[in-house]
Amino acid sequence: MLNIPCPFCGQRNESEFAYGGPVKPDRPQPDKVSNDQWVDYLTQVPNPLGPVEERWWHVKGCGTWLTIWRDTRTHDIVEEPGDAG
Amino acid sequence: MQVDRLAAGGRIDRGRPLSFTFNGKAYQGFAGDTLASALLANGVRLTARSFKYHRPRGIIGSGVEEPSALVELTGDDASANQPATTVQLRDGLQAKSVNCWPSPVVDFGSVNQMISRFLPAGFYYKTFKWPNWHLYEPSIRKAAGLAAAPQNPPAGGHFENRFGHCDILIAGAGPAGLMAALVAARAGKRVMIADEGREAGGSLLNRRLTINCRDAAHWVAETIAELNTLANVTHLQNASVWAYREHNYLMVTERTSDNPSLIERNWRVRAGHVICATGAIERSLVFGNNDRPGVMLASAAQSYVNRYALRPGKRAVIFTNNDSAYAVANDLATAGVDIAAIVDSRNEVPREVRATIQETDVFAGHVVTTTKGGRKLRGVEVAPVEGGKSQQISCDLLAMSGGWNPAVHLWSQSRGTLRYDDQLACYVPDQPAQASSSVGAADGKLTLKEAMKSGADAAASLCATGPAAIPQSDDIDYSISPLWRVEQAQGPAFLDIQNDVTVDDVHLALREGYDNIEHVKRYTTGGMGLDQGKTGNINIVGTVALQKDVPLQDLGPTTFRSPYTPVSFGAIAGIREGSVVQPYRHTPITEWNLDRGAFMYEAGARWRRPGYFPRDGESFQDTVNRECRTVRNGVGVYDGSPLGTYELKGRDVGRFLDHIYSNIMSTLKPGQGRYGLMLSDDGLILDDGVALRLDEYRWIVSTSTGHADAINSHMEELLQTQFPDWNVFITTVTSQWNNATICGPRARDVLAALSTDIDTSSQALPFMTFADGQVAGLPARVVRVSFTGELSFEINVAPRHMRELWAKIMEAGAPHGIEPIGSEANHVLRVEKGFLSLGHEVDGTVDAHDLGMGWVMSKKKSDYLGKRSVNLRREGEAVRRELVG
Amino acid sequence: MQNYSIASLIRHGLNKHTGWSRAWRSPPIKDSYDVIVIGAGGHGLATAYHLAKEHGITNVAVLERGWLGGGNIARNTVTIRSNYMRDASIPFYVKSVEMYENLTRALNFNLMHSKRTMVDVVQTYPKMRELRRRQLTMDIYGSTYEQISEPELRRRIPALTGGGPNSRLPIIGGMVHTDAGVNRHDAVAWGYARAIDSMGVEIHQQTAVQSLMRNSNGAIEGVETNRGTIRAKKVAVAVSGHTTTLTETAGLTLPLRTMNLTAFVSEPIKPLVDVVVNCPDSGFYFSQSDKGELVIGGAPDPGQSFRRDIKQHVFEDTVTAMLSLFPSFKKLKLMRQWGGHLDIAHDASPIMDETDVSGLFITAGWWGGYKAIPAGGLTLAHLIATGQRHPLMAQFSLDRFRHLDYIMESGTTTAR
Repeated sequence: MLNIPCPFCGQRNESEFAYGGPVKPDRPQPDKVSNDQWVDYLTQVPNPLGPVEERWWHVKGCGTWLTIWRDTRTHDIVEEPGDAG
Repeated sequence: MQVDRLAAGGRIDRGRPLSFTFNGKAYQGFAGDTLASALLANGVRLTARSFKYHRPRGIIGSGVEEPSALVELTGDDASANQPATTVQLRDGLQAKSVNCWPSPVVDFGSVNQMISRFLPAGFYYKTFKWPNWHLYEPSIRKAAGLAAAPQNPPAGGHFENRFGHCDILIAGAGPAGLMAALVAARAGKRVMIADEGREAGGSLLNRRLTINCRDAAHWVAETIAELNTLANVTHLQNASVWAYREHNYLMVTERTSDNPSLIERNWRVRAGHVICATGAIERSLVFGNNDRPGVMLASAAQSYVNRYALRPGKRAVIFTNNDSAYAVANDLATAGVDIAAIVDSRNEVPREVRATIQETDVFAGHVVTTTKGGRKLRGVEVAPVEGGKSQQISCDLLAMSGGWNPAVHLWSQSRGTLRYDDQLACYVPDQPAQASSSVGAADGKLTLKEAMKSGADAAASLCATGPAAIPQSDDIDYSISPLWRVEQAQGPAFLDIQNDVTVDDVHLALREGYDNIEHVKRYTTGGMGLDQGKTGNINIVGTVALQKDVPLQDLGPTTFRSPYTPVSFGAIAGIREGSVVQPYRHTPITEWNLDRGAFMYEAGARWRRPGYFPRDGESFQDTVNRECRTVRNGVGVYDGSPLGTYELKGRDVGRFLDHIYSNIMSTLKPGQGRYGLMLSDDGLILDDGVALRLDEYRWIVSTSTGHADAINSHMEELLQTQFPDWNVFITTVTSQWNNATICGPRARDVLAALSTDIDTSSQALPFMTFADGQVAGLPARVVRVSFTGELSFEINVAPRHMRELWAKIMEAGAPHGIEPIGSEANHVLRVEKGFLSLGHEVDGTVDAHDLGMGWVMSKKKSDYLGKRSVNLRREGEAVRRELVG
Repeated sequence: MQNYSIASLIRHGLNKHTGWSRAWRSPPIKDSYDVIVIGAGGHGLATAYHLAKEHGITNVAVLERGWLGGGNIARNTVTIRSNYMRDASIPFYVKSVEMYENLTRALNFNLMHSKRTMVDVVQTYPKMRELRRRQLTMDIYGSTYEQISEPELRRRIPALTGGGPNSRLPIIGGMVHTDAGVNRHDAVAWGYARAIDSMGVEIHQQTAVQSLMRNSNGAIEGVETNRGTIRAKKVAVAVSGHTTTLTETAGLTLPLRTMNLTAFVSEPIKPLVDVVVNCPDSGFYFSQSDKGELVIGGAPDPGQSFRRDIKQHVFEDTVTAMLSLFPSFKKLKLMRQWGGHLDIAHDASPIMDETDVSGLFITAGWWGGYKAIPAGGLTLAHLIATGQRHPLMAQFSLDRFRHLDYIMESGTTTAR
């Protein structure tokens, strides 16, 4: 049970949130990229052994979609990717 | 007769005798006893048979570490596999031994002992292959498994959960934990202190020590009294901290005696900081036949004599490799137990320690090689470590101490690291991984003074107060020289008593190449019992280290996993059972449906809907057919309220809908609606539904029932993360609008009979339009959509009007033969008309072309979700299935 | 290879078991091999087995950073079944189940394979329709699936006393998959390890691959390990959750993300349930091990994770669901819980292929991959040895993503 900092509600239990997946690069203009680039955008996500930027939806709270950096090795929530121990 | 009970002393209440039965025989104990202490007081030594060889076994420990004396409770509090040392005695308790039949005295399974030489570790991997495992499995399974599972849920009482929030959670109320609590509580911190024992005090309850020149029990009582006066302290006894999760989230299961209807309460605690004051666990020694009833941990013998006022033997031998057992010898002697000898594997015993017992023979540099006796200990064989002549010493109690292991389980669960301490010969906490610290014996502070100081210091540093005053205490120092196994052992020397794992088994594993410590554990099953090897795992590691000639640092303990001690599933679930788990959603028509005899079921997204409305004598198929015919030939009505309904407002709604639907929505005029598909960007169908335009800036998006929540999430995510500057606001209005959908060729007649000020002619209200007005005197929005393929009017009203509307529809429709129809008929009607059947034809793998719905893919829009992907997929060579017919 | 049998057990028993030889050697490591398999888990060992057995390729090193059999094969719930939904999947798993049934003999190691059937407890009509649809597809490939009534379901699982007519989700019936079974996971690892060792394959434990090496043409040429450089023209990555961590060292990204799937066991009890019980509507499944423990599994933790502990709220949901159908388990006790890493592909189906890096093979995306070990090894070895995709795994290619031709198995069952 993570303790997730919501920018509006403060620290809240993970069970109030729905997981929204890792943050992907911005969606490319579909007609400006090759097939392979488009497929990579769709199917590949960052999968670091360490901090990952990810989204959570505070669905049982204020409804905001928020972004955190979480270390996949420890579950620690860190300020920035470089902060992991 | 409590033949071995002492006349005075102990923390039992001789004024409250309690009756209980064990293996069908009646006994008496006292309030304050555990089942184990009551059995010992009654002279019962043989309590169980072992798992594999069915060897006679007795009580070895006095707490959660007990590897041997497992019992099954029957009657009201039926439960399996309880260590007798943790079962608090109560009047009427019924217990029996596990793993033997008919009794531990006459056990037919003991035939296994005779063939034990053919049953080494992992024997089952090498045999039972012919003709196949199925031939052997049933009898093997029957033999395994310890006790039988309870057949029924608990007859009375309930479980519950509670949340706990504190600045500091202290696990353990021994001397270190109590000191930490006292310092933190006085500094005003919100403190929660949880201890697994019946009463606070930890090791102080078992030992005879003084604090501030008085019996340590006084200090414990004073400390508890002070803590209980403070509003910022929550103090739990009978409360096991069993899991330490991420973000300082811990589980504590509490058994309360003050509320008999509450079986157990599970606390979910979020702590600012955690102090692990979980004490230390004494380890056993490994010599021949070290499992015979009468062989006991020294600390257990000490606890029985001091805390429970009983004599665990008449004549005792102490076998040790460290100093702590000397105090045990003293305590036993004081209680009248004859100390035959102290066998110390160390060549030199510290002088101060030796001085504590004047008149006892100490065999320094000696070991116990084996025990004598049958189902009861009669003596031990003692020999010099260096080899030489052995001698027999008769005794009925062997109190052994292999040294102490800090109880690092919680620490390790929190991901804190461990290091091997050469001086203490054990693993101790090293670096914390979360906001936690380790104090007292759990941190390797094995004397009372050190323990109390470390508890006080840890709390003081958290509270930023100055160093706290430490009470004066009288403990002796601790030193040890590890003895992982007795080399001269004669007979099986058990490393894991519960799973019958011997030194030979470990040697065999190593010989066969299973030489990683995890391999040894899995191949021999050592440490995989209910006790998770609390007394024996370290000896396995030590035995491997000796054999491989590597230091213990390089082997490391095996993983400590939650729970620390077994926890009932009931406590984990708490009050969550039945309808509380996933509450139903239902509409105002539910009662009417039930009165009408509807078969109600879960229809996705937790909505409880009528599946069909059976009549007497109809089969399921008859009913569905009849309901379908009603819609095709006459008129039917269904409750469409569970459909997801979202109101979108703002300047950019049209643009947004054009992005999420595959067709164009922005061109709709107010009053119009359009059917559309929503695709994922992978080009797969997410959902279908209808969008209505209310006015320039307001729209209604309706979704399927099952996908409503997912679509809401999808829309919010897009708006908040990709288009934060678009002017769109979403309000969920699923429960603000209910609807009754009248469908069938005679639907318009029913609507007319209801009386409405809306012109429902197909010219005024064509397909895919809507109008607001009055229906049956109620404010309503009538929408011309159809999911059945027949003429349909969806009459939307406020929920408070739904029941009235429904009653009036049934009344007005009666002359036209109106019937309610359920979800099953709805499915059939959809499919017959070639509409999408979500969940079946649309199962997350198909796109619009697969379904022959290419027409819904806009060619005019340059981009929308899924467009690029659908086109890309068509470029490939792959053959795809296509829906036909 | 030393023969294991009741006779040898008695013979060695009379000799205090001192005559047993090592199940596998610990040979010195060489500078180069024909094939390097990274990961001595189920798939890695099985791949080496079939390379040696069917293709005669024995100059193979299996490199393991920890202890052999210590990955997911050490921490899964041993459910072996073939009741899948998609055409690409069913025949593959049918083959794997069949291979498992004969593996004890092939390896001369008792895997304690128990073909005890799996029973689905169905509580909603949509789920029943979905499973009936699956049955139709399974029929084509010879996998058995059959509907049973609620009373029959309760007869087969006497402990199933919840889910009555007035409960939150009343049971409406069941599906029976007689091909399903369980066995002993450690034995599978050790049996394969012993067999490949006897054919000359080397297993090197405590040998951590730090990076993959490519030559100037971009093809694979070996690996860097904590024990130095080891060369091979063919390298197979079979490391479960750590696939992307490794392939990224060769500049290769893959459509995989790593998750933590957890399981737990109860205290050991006398025989209570003799089938694998799968409750897809409630979201849990379990079977009883030969030692008597109930081995229980549920949903994965949300979010990517390289942790091996358990998220409390996910765990509580699983327990709660279980108690609603099995209320007598309330006084039963949790004994141990743990997790394992798995990497899930974008479409939740496995990936077995040669990558864009010539000579670099992966077997990944296994999500319930224990049951796939024999067929996975068979087919990956075929690809490595012949350069041709085995027909059973042809569709589990990386190419499918290029055409967005997904094989979606997500959410089609609970039991892994």
